[in-house]
Amino acid sequence: MELFEMTAYEAATALQKKEVTSLDLTESVLKRISEVEDIIKGFITILDSEKVLQEAKKIDRLLAEGKEISPLAGIPMALKDNMCTQGVPTTCASQILKEYRPPYDAHVTEKLKEAGTILVGKANMDEFAMGSSTENSSFYHTCNPWDTSRVPGGSSGGSASLVAADEIFFSLGSDTGGSVRQPASLCGVVGLKPTYGLISRYGLIAFASSLDQIGPLTKDVRDCALVLDIIAGNDPRDSTSVPREKEKYADYLGREVRGFKIGLPREYFEEGIEEPVRKVVMEAMAYCDQLGVEVEEVSMPNTLYALPCYYLVATAEASSNLARYDGIQYGFRAPEEDNLIDLYRKTRNQGFGPEVKRRIMLGTYALSSGYYDAYYLKALKVRTLIRRDFEKVFQNYDLIVTPTSPTTAFVRGERIDNPLTMYLSDIFTITANLAGVPAISIPCGLAGGLPVGLQVIGRPFDEGRMLQFCYALENVLGFKGLKPGIPAKGVLRDVS
Amino acid sequence: MSPEYEVVIGLETHVELLTESKIFCSCPNRFGEAPNTNVCPVCLGLPGSLPVFNKNALELALRAALALNCTISSYSKFDRKNYFYPDLPKAYQISQYDMPLARDGYLDLVKNGCLVRKVRIERLHLEEDAGKLLHSYEEARSYVDYNRCGVPLVEIVTAPDLRSPEEARLFLELLKKILLYTGVSDCKMEEGSLRCDANISLRLAGSDTLGRKVEIKNMNSFKAVQRGLEYEVSRQEEILRAGGQVVMETTRWNEERGITIEMRGKEEEHDYRYFPEPDLPPMVLNGEFIGEIRSKLPELPVQRCFRFTEEYGLTPYQAEIITSSKNLADFFEETLEHYPQPQKVSNWLIGDVLGLLNSMGKEINQVTFTPLHFSGLLKLLDTGTLSGRLAKDVLEESFLTGKHPEEVVQEKGLAQISDEQKLLPVIDDVIKGNPNAVSDYSGGNKKAIAFLVGQVMQRTRGQANPQLVTGLLKKQLEG
Ligand SMILES: [Zn+2]
Repeated sequence: MELFEMTAYEAATALQKKEVTSLDLTESVLKRISEVEDIIKGFITILDSEKVLQEAKKIDRLLAEGKEISPLAGIPMALKDNMCTQGVPTTCASQILKEYRPPYDAHVTEKLKEAGTILVGKANMDEFAMGSSTENSSFYHTCNPWDTSRVPGGSSGGSASLVAADEIFFSLGSDTGGSVRQPASLCGVVGLKPTYGLISRYGLIAFASSLDQIGPLTKDVRDCALVLDIIAGNDPRDSTSVPREKEKYADYLGREVRGFKIGLPREYFEEGIEEPVRKVVMEAMAYCDQLGVEVEEVSMPNTLYALPCYYLVATAEASSNLARYDGIQYGFRAPEEDNLIDLYRKTRNQGFGPEVKRRIMLGTYALSSGYYDAYYLKALKVRTLIRRDFEKVFQNYDLIVTPTSPTTAFVRGERIDNPLTMYLSDIFTITANLAGVPAISIPCGLAGGLPVGLQVIGRPFDEGRMLQFCYALENVLGFKGLKPGIPAKGVLRDVS
Repeated sequence: MSPEYEVVIGLETHVELLTESKIFCSCPNRFGEAPNTNVCPVCLGLPGSLPVFNKNALELALRAALALNCTISSYSKFDRKNYFYPDLPKAYQISQYDMPLARDGYLDLVKNGCLVRKVRIERLHLEEDAGKLLHSYEEARSYVDYNRCGVPLVEIVTAPDLRSPEEARLFLELLKKILLYTGVSDCKMEEGSLRCDANISLRLAGSDTLGRKVEIKNMNSFKAVQRGLEYEVSRQEEILRAGGQVVMETTRWNEERGITIEMRGKEEEHDYRYFPEPDLPPMVLNGEFIGEIRSKLPELPVQRCFRFTEEYGLTPYQAEIITSSKNLADFFEETLEHYPQPQKVSNWLIGDVLGLLNSMGKEINQVTFTPLHFSGLLKLLDTGTLSGRLAKDVLEESFLTGKHPEEVVQEKGLAQISDEQKLLPVIDDVIKGNPNAVSDYSGGNKKAIAFLVGQVMQRTRGQANPQLVTGLLKKQLEG
């Protein structure tokens, strides 16, 4: 077994036992990148390898000196390219920020650096996190390691494919309407969107502020808990970050789940879902018997309105959040402007891609005087109803389980010209963002040789028990360790 | 202005708060730094940065709201006001739209102890300031200085209750006084820490519908506000008299030319697409917290002015002048602690002390002359050590050097000469040197003695005790 194939936890354990060095792990990952990155294209920026290896050596020195290091110290990782890294390009996969190097680190960047993890590069994404296939990256598209003709999902497609292709031990993505969970589902990895407010958004370049949340993409549930342990916690620089006592999520793993009650909302299993996906999820849920977990059908009637509600709230906020890219202070500025208005128009016209422009227009319209009440205000009211749907179910159930995505990974180019079909990729994930509740996707099987994700949704700040359940389910499912098996620069094979 | 028309004015005032740091970041709230040196990712609106609300700004805004008799909202929130301009780095201003911090206040305009008008305050809300554009005409370029971005502001909006340009000026003067008293702002119009836009319309006297209004911006002093409004009154009156209609528009006051110039018509008005700021939680204020702020409010100028007339027997005129500045009123009361004679203190304060301050262009807190100095000076007068004339010199010297009046007297040997042995030779000299005046006096013109006293005073550089000199002269001339 190659080192890069290990989970972050396995690698960290070997490191702490001095069976390997961080240098070994980092070199292994860099070798893997050199072999498969040409095919996958999950990175936008790969840091200078000499500098990366220097960081690894630093951790090795600490270990050699007998210093105590944190659980994931020395482990190579990647960040989605919308998280600020001081002096390292942070582009949001957009031409408008192509040359942009932030003067400061995001909260999560700081936390991961403090924990001694090794930043290897910045992952590809849909431009400004708008999209479900990473085809909206203004640089290039990323391939799904399970079938390179297919998309990895999005918008954190780079982050998910890098983990699935063993190019990195773990990564961070951001999730506004499913942008961590949907690519995790399509790439067969674990992806968590924590409760809104659990992780500071400071330094995360905003798409839709009231929905955005950062989350880990990992090879298994344990790694997810370990990464969450590093990045969760209050940050006074983000006023929406919730002050609460820090938990140790890894401690939940392995605890008994007997007696948990799970609700399966029927609205998530009826319309729009591909039959093989539904079947794989239902088969996985059959294991709940074995775990002593009770499963019942429930109803969440307002699910129907989630998609329009989401596209009003998210685009409205985005239209304002993205207004700052005007060519004045930083980023791309169109050459040859005649006057100020012309400068704004040309810069934004040339700097943004079509999907970003579409959403800015939608959001601007929704907030315009005369339309605000009918669109934005109404969407806020629907949002409250959706939140109530969750509260109601959580009165009687510990967790909610749904499919993560209605389909497996789709073929590149198939949906890019039809925004509405593309938007439907998120129908099962957006509700958790609207309600602010935590949700995780774990691989639960294959359909047509492609991974299927199962989504577990919990009460606010109940990530611990969600992970506890997912860990137990992961053990009985036996999907863990199933790899896409991309050979080095070779022909891809279907593992099904 | 003919009585045919009535003037209707409403004011929108922006006031910078005297906080230590900016409203949403920890950059110091300072004026006059080198361009773009007092900034951070948050006030520069860099991608990924987030605002954190400064509680000190809330406290000052609440103080202003309470001093303006407003009702504080128990629930209010921030909103984004979206528009593109190079001095606005996020392309939106964090402000408050439909749920301002405070509403429904009022201010009583008082002049010489009489209520001129009750001016309603419609709302008071918090917001962040924008940067500044600097234009270089030689280079045909514009530069942006972001230092002012994120300076905390309150916007105070009056109802259209003001009825003349003079009332508008009076309102601003009173507002400034209150904000200085409460320590909310330094209200320096020339530095932009107090800025005022006005809405003005005319209507037929007796009508209760509002005429078409014009907004005037860029009035950079209280005088400019009055002048700009006066100009606009006559311009609109002329239009209306000629049977025309006033066009709704936004104008800029041009101080040099003394006219208003159209900026944009109302139809071109922005749609700011306000919506709730998702990066900041709403503000929920409980009565206890508001009560705490209220209890810390100082006595306000109107109340203090009234108390000064009651407690110290000052005239409304005196009380108004002394309470026009909190520092001056504090100085007055501190002086009384050492020298409890309000009338005397008031006379000297209004006459000589204010005169000196005006000629130096300073405020009482900007000089080293203290209440202890002041009371010391008045005591020297009482004991006869100083004549009124000398006291003025000593006051000036003490003002300039910061020395105690007693010290000045000693150093300069300025004490009043009440020693007969010292005065007699001078008196003899004066009598010898002015035979005409002496013969006038002897001839029955008793007024001639004043001339002779003046001569003695001159020769003693004003130090001779005038009563004593008069007595001695009479004795010499008659004896
Ligand atoms: Zn700042």
